[in-house]
Amino acid sequence: MSFLEYRVKFAPTGIRKILYLNWPLVVLVTAVASVGFLMLYSIAGGNLDLWARPQMERFGVGMVLMFIVAMIPIWFWRSMSGVAYIVAFLLLLLVEFFGAVGMGAQRWIDLGFIRLQPSEMMKFTLVMLLAVYYDWLDPKLVSRPLYVLLPVLMIVAPTILVLMQPNLGTSLMLILAGATVMFAAGVSLWYFGAVIALGVAAVVGVFTLRGTPWQFLHDYQYKRIDTFLDPSADPLGAGYNIIQAKIALGSGGWSGKGFMQGTQSRLNFLPEKHTDFIFTTLAEEFGFVGAFSLLALYALIIGFCLVAAFQNRDRFSALLIIGVAANFFFYIAVNLSMVMGMAPVVGVPLPLLSYGGSAMMVLLVGFGLVQSAHVHRPR
Amino acid sequence: MRRTARDTEESNRTLNRRTLLLGGAMGAMIAVLGVRMRYLQVDQADEFKLLAEENRINIRLIPPERGLIQDRNGKVIAGNEQNYRVVITREAAGDVDLVLRRLATIIPMTAEEMEQAIEEVNALSAFVPVTVAERLSWDDFSKVAVNAPALPGVVPEVGQSRRYPLDFDFAHVVGYVGPVSDKDLEGVDSPDPLLRIPKFQIGKIGVEKWMEDTLRGEAGTKRIEVNSAGRVMRELERQEGNPGNDIRLTIDADVQNFAQARLGQESAAAVVIDVTNGDIICIASSPSFDPNLFVRGISHAEYNLLTENDHRPLANKTVSGAYPPGSTFKMVTALAALEAGVIDANHSVYCPGYLEFGGRRFHCHSRGGHGQVGLSESLEKSCDVFYYDVAQKVGIDRMAEMGRKLGLGHKFEIPMSAVTEGNMPDKAWKLARHKQEWRIGDTINASIGQGYVLTSPLQLAVMTARIASGRAVAPRLVRMVNDQELPIPEAPPLEVSPEYLAAVRAGMNAVVNGEHGTAKSSRIVEPTMVMAGKTGTSQVRNISAAERAAGVISNDDLPWNRRDHALFVGYAPFDAPRYAISVVVEHGGGGSTAAAPIARDIILRAMSGGLPSLEAYPSSQRGRIETMLKELPLRDPVTGQPPVQTET
Repeated sequence: MSFLEYRVKFAPTGIRKILYLNWPLVVLVTAVASVGFLMLYSIAGGNLDLWARPQMERFGVGMVLMFIVAMIPIWFWRSMSGVAYIVAFLLLLLVEFFGAVGMGAQRWIDLGFIRLQPSEMMKFTLVMLLAVYYDWLDPKLVSRPLYVLLPVLMIVAPTILVLMQPNLGTSLMLILAGATVMFAAGVSLWYFGAVIALGVAAVVGVFTLRGTPWQFLHDYQYKRIDTFLDPSADPLGAGYNIIQAKIALGSGGWSGKGFMQGTQSRLNFLPEKHTDFIFTTLAEEFGFVGAFSLLALYALIIGFCLVAAFQNRDRFSALLIIGVAANFFFYIAVNLSMVMGMAPVVGVPLPLLSYGGSAMMVLLVGFGLVQSAHVHRPR
Repeated sequence: MRRTARDTEESNRTLNRRTLLLGGAMGAMIAVLGVRMRYLQVDQADEFKLLAEENRINIRLIPPERGLIQDRNGKVIAGNEQNYRVVITREAAGDVDLVLRRLATIIPMTAEEMEQAIEEVNALSAFVPVTVAERLSWDDFSKVAVNAPALPGVVPEVGQSRRYPLDFDFAHVVGYVGPVSDKDLEGVDSPDPLLRIPKFQIGKIGVEKWMEDTLRGEAGTKRIEVNSAGRVMRELERQEGNPGNDIRLTIDADVQNFAQARLGQESAAAVVIDVTNGDIICIASSPSFDPNLFVRGISHAEYNLLTENDHRPLANKTVSGAYPPGSTFKMVTALAALEAGVIDANHSVYCPGYLEFGGRRFHCHSRGGHGQVGLSESLEKSCDVFYYDVAQKVGIDRMAEMGRKLGLGHKFEIPMSAVTEGNMPDKAWKLARHKQEWRIGDTINASIGQGYVLTSPLQLAVMTARIASGRAVAPRLVRMVNDQELPIPEAPPLEVSPEYLAAVRAGMNAVVNGEHGTAKSSRIVEPTMVMAGKTGTSQVRNISAAERAAGVISNDDLPWNRRDHALFVGYAPFDAPRYAISVVVEHGGGGSTAAAPIARDIILRAMSGGLPSLEAYPSSQRGRIETMLKELPLRDPVTGQPPVQTET
C-alpha cells in the first residue's frame, strides 16, 4: 500500500492526534521506567546524581522523541524503512573498522555528544524492513523458498556484523525478533522446525569444535556457558555473579527487605549491578511481590502492543508492532532467565530498567513507531 | 500490487492467528519466569535467607606474595614487608565519626588523615572495608586490637606492602607499585579478580610494570563463614595461591649505587654494559627520587617538588632522554666512510678551522684549525672539519645505515618505561617527517652528531659496546627468573670489517691516552684497565655569526639550561674490552671536563669490584680523587643504609 491507500481522511490530524495515542502504553512505560529510577537511586546508596538523574534525563529526551515519532504519519516511516536499514547497516560496517573498543568489543561510534550504537539502531530498522517486505509480498508467496531466503539474508547480514563486534546478546536478539516477524507474516512452520534442528546441530558443533582453531566463540563466551552449566566451577569469576544474584533474589523472600535495605554485601563484586543485574536489587528489596508486579507490568506492555497489532488492519503496521513487542519481550525473557540462573550470562540489559542511554532511547523510539502505527491506523 | 479483498482477508486471518499464537507463547514464557521467581523467592526463600543473613559463606581472595626484584648478586631491590593496618566498615561501625575519633586517640592520626578517611568511608558502599591507617608500629597495632570492643567495625589486619630498600638508586629502573586505577583496567576483557581487591597494588612503571605478570602470582582463596554483621566466624577451606616469581636483574647494585652517588645532583645519566653478553651492569639517572613515596601515596607538596624541579628527577634519562650525541657520533661517520670505501685508513684532510659550503661557514671547535689531520688524529683532537669533509663523500643514507648497525635509532626491548628509539635520520625520514628534501648542510651537521640525530644514553652505551666487541651486542636487564638463568643469545658479528674497527678503536685510544687527546686528563694508568673513548659536547643553542665574531660565550657565563650537554662514551680494558660506558651530563659544559671523569670513576668501579684503587689514576690527580671518593655518599655495603646526610 502506498500512503494514498491509507484512508488518510479518517486518520486524526494536528494536535488531535494526541488524543488518539495509546495512552495506557505511555503510562505503563513511564511506570516501569520510574521503578528503574528508584532502583538506580537505591543501588547508588542514595546518590541521585550517580545513575538515577542521568537516566531520568535520558528518559525525558526519549519520551520527547517518542512523541515526535508518534506524531509523524506511519506512511512516512514506512517509506523510510529501506533507507533506515541501509544507514544502520553502513554504520555497523563503520564500527567494525573504526569503532571504539569498549569492554573488549567494538560497539559504538563516538559522536562527541552521544555514543552511537548501530547495533541498537539495527534492532528496529530490521523489523521495519521486514514489515515492509511482507506488506509488499503477496501473502500466497511467503513460504516460497526464494521469498524466504530474502528476509533471512536481511536478518543474517547485520547479525554477522554484530557477532563480529563481538556482541552475542544483541545478535541473538536480532535473530529472534526477525524470526518472530517472519512467523507472524505466515511463513510455513516447517522452516522454523528446520532452523531449530539446525540450531541444535550448531550447538553440538560449537562444543565439539571447542579448542580447535575453528572454534566459533571467544574463550570468554565458552567460559560463560561453562559457568552457566556449573556456576561453582568458577566461583570467583562469572559464576560468582550467578551465585550472588540467586542469593540476593532468594533472600528477598515474599515482601523483600525494604527500599534501600538490600544488604547486597556480596553483590559488591557484581560489576553490572546497575545494568544487567539490576533486577536482583529489585527482587531483594521488594521481594516476590515487587518482582512479580514488575513482571506483570511488562506483560501488560506486551499485551497492549499485541492488542494494538490485532486492531490494526494495515499489514505493515501490525507486523511492525509485533516486531517491536517481540524485541521487548525477548530482552526481558533473556535477561530474567539469566539473573534467575535459567540461561547463561549473555550481556543483555533489562529494558527500561538497566542503566544505559542508547538502549533506552532506541526502545522509546520503537514505542514511538508503535504509537504512530496506532494513531494513523486505517479506520 | 493491488490485491483482492479476499486475499487480504485471508492474509489478515493468518496474521491474527499467528499473533494469537505468539501472544500465547510469550504469555507461557512469562508464566515460566513467574513460577521460577516464586520458586526462588518463596519456596526456597528460607534457604537463601539463611545463606544471606545468618551464616553466610563468603569467598575471600588471598593476595599472593609479589615476587622480589634482586640485583645480579641477589641483593634485594624490591621486597615486601609486613604492613600492619586498620580497616573500618561503615555498616558495622554505625557512627563512623565517633569511632574514628576514638581511634585517633589510640594511634597517631592527623586531622587531615581523619578527614580523608571519613570521606572515603562515606563515598563507598556500607559494607566495603576501607583502610584508615597503614604502616602502624606493632605497639599501635596491638593497642587497636586490645581496644576492639570500643571500636565497632574496626578491624586490625596484617597485609604486605612493597618496599624499596635501595630507594633512590633504583627508582628509574624498577619503578614502583600503586593501587589499581580505572585506567589500568581499561581494555582488559576479564581482569584478574585480584585487581578488584580495593587498594591492590600493581606495577605502575619500570620493571614492576613491564614484568607485572611475572611478579604478581596467582590469588589463593578461602571460604569463610561470616555472621550478619560481616564478622568472620571461622575459616572453612583454604586454597593457597602461587606467589609471584622472583626476578634477578643484570645490574650490580653496588656499581649502581656508586654511579648514582657519583652523578650526584647533576641532571645526568650513566649506563654501563658488559660488552661480552650485553648485561646492563648499571643504568643510573639523576637526580632520582624515593619510590617508597609513591607506594605510600605521595602528597601533593612532595609531588609538586618533583615535577617543578628543572633537573626533572622523575624522568629516566638513560632510556627516555634523547640527546644529540655530538662528537661521540664521529665513530659512526668514520666507520660509514671506511665501509663505503670513500676513504681509507690513511685519509687526511686539511682543517683551517672551518668549512665553507653553499655560502655557509661550518666551524670547527678549534678556531685556528688543526692543520692536516688523519683519522686517528681527527678523533683524538675531535676535529670537526675532517668529518664535514668525509660526510659529504659518504652521504647521510650510508651514515644512517651504519648508525642503525651500531644500535642507534632502535628501540631496545628491555622492561623499562618510556624507552625511546631516538632518531637516526636519513633522506626518506626528512621527506616523510618535515616534507623537505635533505640538504648537504643537514649531512654536515649530522656528521658531528648535531642536527636531527638523537640518541639515548643506553643507545650510546650499546654503540660503544658494539664498536669495542665487533659484535651486535643487545642490552639485557633480566638475568634470572625464579633462579633460572635466562639464556643469552649469541650476539651476531657486526657486519663491519675488523680492520676499520681497529682503526677507529686506535683513534678512541688516542682520545684518552694520546698526547693531544681531549680526554687525556681522564686516562687510567693501570695497564690492565686502560680505557678508550670519545668525548662529545652538544650544543643546545645556535651560535650567531655576531657572537662568533665577538668570541663564543663561555659555558660558565650562560644560564644553566643554555649550556652545552657533556657526553662521553668509552670502554675498558682497551686490549680485552669488558665494559662499555656512556655518560651524559645535561648542560654540563664540555664532555672532556664534565662527563669523562665521571665515566672513568664508574668504569673503574665496575672493573675493580670495590672502590677504585688510587693507583689507577695519574699520580698528579690522586690527592684530589682521594678526597672526592671519600666524600661520595655511598651506602654501607652490608646494611645498605645510606650515609647520614649532613646539611651544607
